[in-house]
Amino acid sequence: MRLALVFLFAALLATPLVYKHIQARDQAVSITQDQASAINRYGFVFQETGKAAGLNFKYVSPVFDPKIKHIMPEVASMGAAVSVVDFDKDGWPDIYVTNSGEGSHNALYRNMHDGTFQDFAMEVGLGDVNQAGTGASTGSVWGDYDNDGYEDVLLYKWGRPELFHNDGGKHFTRVTEEAGLPPWVNANTAIWFDYDGDGKLDLFLGGYYSENIDLWHLKDTKIMPDSFEYAKNGGRKYLFHNLGGGRFEEVSERLGINSRRWSLAAVAADLRGTGHPDLFIANDYGVSELFLNDGKQFREEGKETGIGYAPKSGMSAAVGDVLNDGRFGVYVSNISEPGILIQGNNFWLPDNKPGEAPHYANMANSMGFALGGWSFGVQFGDLNNDGYQDLYLVNGNVSLDTKRNYWYDFSKVAGGNAGIIQDASNWPPIDGRSLAGYQQKKVFMNDGSGQFKEVAQAVGVTDLYDGRSVALADFWNRGVLDAVVANQNGPVLLYKNTVTPGNRWIEFDLEGQSSNRSAVGAAVRVFWNGQQQLQEVSGGSGFCSQNDHRLHFGLGKAAAVDHVEIRWPSGKTQTIAGPELDKLHKIKEPS
Amino acid sequence: MTPAASTVPQPAPAPKAGLSAAIGRFFSPDNRYLPPMFITTILLVSQVSFGVLESFSRTLLAIATAMAFELTLSKLVYKKWPNLASAYITGISVGILCRTPAYWPFALTSAIAITSKYVIRWRGRHLWNPSNFAICTMLLIAPEFFSTLMTQWGNAVYPMLVIWVLGAIISYRVKRFHITATYVLSFLALSLVRTMITGHPFFSEVAPITGPPYQLYIFFMITDPRTTVSTRRGQILVAFLVAVAEMSFRLAHNVDAPYYALTVVGPIALAIDIWRTSKKKAAPQASQKPALQAAV
Repeated sequence: MRLALVFLFAALLATPLVYKHIQARDQAVSITQDQASAINRYGFVFQETGKAAGLNFKYVSPVFDPKIKHIMPEVASMGAAVSVVDFDKDGWPDIYVTNSGEGSHNALYRNMHDGTFQDFAMEVGLGDVNQAGTGASTGSVWGDYDNDGYEDVLLYKWGRPELFHNDGGKHFTRVTEEAGLPPWVNANTAIWFDYDGDGKLDLFLGGYYSENIDLWHLKDTKIMPDSFEYAKNGGRKYLFHNLGGGRFEEVSERLGINSRRWSLAAVAADLRGTGHPDLFIANDYGVSELFLNDGKQFREEGKETGIGYAPKSGMSAAVGDVLNDGRFGVYVSNISEPGILIQGNNFWLPDNKPGEAPHYANMANSMGFALGGWSFGVQFGDLNNDGYQDLYLVNGNVSLDTKRNYWYDFSKVAGGNAGIIQDASNWPPIDGRSLAGYQQKKVFMNDGSGQFKEVAQAVGVTDLYDGRSVALADFWNRGVLDAVVANQNGPVLLYKNTVTPGNRWIEFDLEGQSSNRSAVGAAVRVFWNGQQQLQEVSGGSGFCSQNDHRLHFGLGKAAAVDHVEIRWPSGKTQTIAGPELDKLHKIKEPS
Repeated sequence: MTPAASTVPQPAPAPKAGLSAAIGRFFSPDNRYLPPMFITTILLVSQVSFGVLESFSRTLLAIATAMAFELTLSKLVYKKWPNLASAYITGISVGILCRTPAYWPFALTSAIAITSKYVIRWRGRHLWNPSNFAICTMLLIAPEFFSTLMTQWGNAVYPMLVIWVLGAIISYRVKRFHITATYVLSFLALSLVRTMITGHPFFSEVAPITGPPYQLYIFFMITDPRTTVSTRRGQILVAFLVAVAEMSFRLAHNVDAPYYALTVVGPIALAIDIWRTSKKKAAPQASQKPALQAAV
């Protein structure tokens, strides 16, 4: 009996070691792939071409009040962001990148159609936007708020949010005051969506730090969250109803959006098939929030739907139909550090039956894409055109000293009571140490059966920068999704994708008529081979980012698409039978 | 953090009547279900108030695994059905302290905890607090998949005060308060020492003890009579030494310092105690001070 007990004990202790050994062996096979075999094995491979393509961006961090100098790298760890837009309507996706240092310039990289980009930000009036006293850029979202056919841009900041009107793709005019935006918001997220379906894009703006805090001129050091996982002393939320004529009315409280959690990401999508976009907010230092929308009023049902328990550090949110069953799941990135903090990322997949109240289960771990380090931006997209949505994830928080880290001191205050954690003067100095730095990025490949395999190293995503914001777009108009990544204190990376020949694709460029002209919220279902995939035109997703508003569907080896259904935000539906494959379809909403 | 569940027989108190007697019996050292009820109350109140668990299902898995292993191993090894209070506390402790999105670490940690009691024994006693041992083991062999709770439950001071007051009362009633008090006072004093050494703010050094992991640690884990020494003076000394060891781990920037400190100091102290006790041919274990007893 004694021997049997010892054997049992040894077997228990060996279990994780054996599991790790199997994982390591699998990972070793992945890493040893060359480009040709990576394409052969996974169906795609990336090559980083940022500098060669002319993305010579230099990010500069903000420098805040000296009272928080001892933890400056942690406080100033966000601000690098990227969004994709065809601002000049030439049919080629362009790139807008934010900077944060005082006096630094944002960049608007125009796609020159030959694989290179040129920065036109200063020429068009979107460059010099970080002047002293106005705050630091943290992100941008594009939407045609006045339906004139050109995408306008909301630049949000830890500071004064700015709305710029796109004057025919040639210049941008600042219209912040006319729009009625508040003078100061420490915002880390914003999205365009037409919550009431009136054909005009509305705007959600989410605060991180309280709007009463000017990080450059602090009254005191009590600026930090009052809890690591239950904080409610963050910035307020704003919902600006588009009144038309370039004017907006702030209606958040009246419509049921009343939260002071520390928001880092928001995404809107019709999660329940009601025809109205629901609003999902990923919050740092706490639970996510789900605001269900009936077209006139929002109600927060995080707990009722199952997503409002188990607080984590929500950094990013993206929606994707990963099972090709016509339903969206919501991916939320969090923090994982071996042996210290294993929150795991969440993938909220609906588990209610049709007709039942909405409910979600976190399937990230069982589907194999829960662990991503200190995860920031994520985006869904079919990276190998095999017909299934993959996930691109960037990570890494503060990369400084490679040998010393701040985790221990961070854990001390993270466990402290509200009175301790919220006062920055109680936080030990970072002193040049890293905090979850130099992390390997994650590219999770969807095998179509509900399982994801991490292949970043094998497919050429090998950078170790502190990734913040990632956006996907077909930058070369080749029918494949490329990735652009903004890194904190690092370069902008452009990962050009090469996909295995033979995998088919189809893309859609939608334009609303009675709906908002950007077609934000338009839902497209592609039916082929007895399955369907659902995508929506998004007014912002991920972490401080926005994908190209053109929708890209990989189709695998399909010979044909049965039909495509488009449900416009106006409620109109449109069916396209047997659309041509390997082609971008430009579709206007029927009148 | 396997606390106490079974107690050693005590002289029967004089019978009392009425509500006060009932309350007295409830808070008696003989009530082996008091610690499980206390920890369950903490968990339920915290979960309802703040949603502290990774999920109920994972915590239930940890509890069920601990109880299943206890039942099976006790029947196989000792040919008898065990009282499950101790296994329940081991399981619930694992379920609270384990932080991972996966299910299997909850089951495995509980399994290691219970099995360790039957395998790692010396002179008829297990040396490590089972859940503490299992947590440290998992941190060493599976850090990629496993971490421990390190954050507050909520951000209000009042729930924390309620737990501390209630825990102190129960600890006092079951005659383990001297251990808790010694450890807390030592931690506070050594926080000052660490502040002087590191130059970091005093409150950052004190901060950890205000969190729920420490509430479980000081009321359940370090007071576990099955793995503490027999004399009151020895218990006070060991509590102090655990705090000193913890300071050493903290100065080495170990995030899980309290668990490792108890894992190192506890068995050494207990081994010395067992050795001294047997050498002196002292009174049998039944004369030990009653306390928050861990079964098995």
